[in-house]
Amino acid sequence: MSGVRVLVGTRKGAFVLSSDGKRKDWTVDGPHFPGWEMYHLKGSPADPDRIYASQSTGWHGQVIQRSDDGGKSWNPVGNEFAYDGVTGTHQWYDGTPHPWEFARVWHLEPSHTDPDVVLAGVEDAALFRSSDGGQSWQELSGLRGHGSGPHWQPGAGGMCLHTIIVDPRDAERMYVAISAAGAFRTTDGGKTWQPINRGLKSQGIPDAEAEVGHCVHRIAMHPQRPEVLFMQKHWDVMRSDDGGDSWHEVSGNLPTDFGFPIDVHAHEPDTIYVVPITSDMHHFPPEGKLRVYRSRTGGNEWEALTEGLPQKDCYVNVLRDAMSIDSLDECGVYFGTTGGQVYASGDAGNTWNAIVRDLPAVLSVEVQTLP
Amino acid sequence: MTTVRVVLPGHLRTLAKISGEVTVDVGDPVTLASVLDAVESSYPMLRGTIRAHGGGPRRDFVRFFACNADLSHEPIDAPLPAAVVDGSEPLLVVGAMAGG
Repeated sequence: MSGVRVLVGTRKGAFVLSSDGKRKDWTVDGPHFPGWEMYHLKGSPADPDRIYASQSTGWHGQVIQRSDDGGKSWNPVGNEFAYDGVTGTHQWYDGTPHPWEFARVWHLEPSHTDPDVVLAGVEDAALFRSSDGGQSWQELSGLRGHGSGPHWQPGAGGMCLHTIIVDPRDAERMYVAISAAGAFRTTDGGKTWQPINRGLKSQGIPDAEAEVGHCVHRIAMHPQRPEVLFMQKHWDVMRSDDGGDSWHEVSGNLPTDFGFPIDVHAHEPDTIYVVPITSDMHHFPPEGKLRVYRSRTGGNEWEALTEGLPQKDCYVNVLRDAMSIDSLDECGVYFGTTGGQVYASGDAGNTWNAIVRDLPAVLSVEVQTLP
Repeated sequence: MTTVRVVLPGHLRTLAKISGEVTVDVGDPVTLASVLDAVESSYPMLRGTIRAHGGGPRRDFVRFFACNADLSHEPIDAPLPAAVVDGSEPLLVVGAMAGG
């Protein structure tokens, strides 16, 4: 029988949550790497036993761990992320030029086809690639070398490259998102990039419709319709029907369009999920009610999903990498909170249950659908 | 060659899959740099976790103690205390008191 494995990264370690296809009974394995910040773990679509994990602390910096047995055992691989060529500068908070400095890996994106190929999105914002299972890393420096690079600036969480999407039809075509620079696209495997932010409007920057400078929080794509992209921006939920050439707002009737994660149903390309958060000043759900909102129309028309979620006195946040979707026949949806809960829905969001309630603050959630 | 005792912080012992202190053989002169080179050679997974890759600067929240003295700000090529060289005292690699 098929099953799922949920990889959870937290402020103080990683956890592996497993269940069969019914997704009712769960085993909790962990903490792995206790005491370390686990920004992200993700399994290879080509080999589910191959999992990459980003492990870091302020004391000892970045480590990349790799499992070849589905998370039972781990071994450290390469952790040298050296920027290519002249480091250059970006804008610092006070507007002065600031040299690029590596801080940590925010997101790992394994190849669809080769378990040894994996991309890493890092802070300060850059994209790295490994083709030897994480042993060595090379920067795809065309992104950082884009002409707008000196004008990028950090958001409150640092200047991070947090989203990587590889077109499943064409691995040369990729999308990344950077806070606070915006979204970028390559069609040549990362050699050259172009900003794809037309249609975004951000009130927090001097030119609300600037080519770069937008605080994009997350982008999502359905693999069977890769020309359509959905975006949760700092404020605004956006949609592009032309691979990012232009965007239009689909916030519709959401109670607030601030938030972090966005994801797409595994079998319905127009069914999308967000978790509205009160505001940029108040990083908790409106009215103390934790509600996932689902649109079955590709945006604009949203319904609140509340059954099984706390509807009073709830003041957690859901971070950008902390939502994931499985691909079982009845699509499962998962998300983790800064309060340490990981919620699962085995019916596309209609009802929810907490798999665990008392983990450290959850940074990332990725689900693997197992044969 | 001189055998030097090194005590690593808990996070790095876990990362290197070791328990207790480690010993490394170091040629003369015995310095912080030569001891760290030897530690990183024996435990490559520690590269970048004590100091920057390629023998770069010490990480901000790592300290080096020995013989009740803080050696963190000593030149990295300065000789280590005689008690470390003769093995009667270990070099302590310490995670600074910080965090939450």
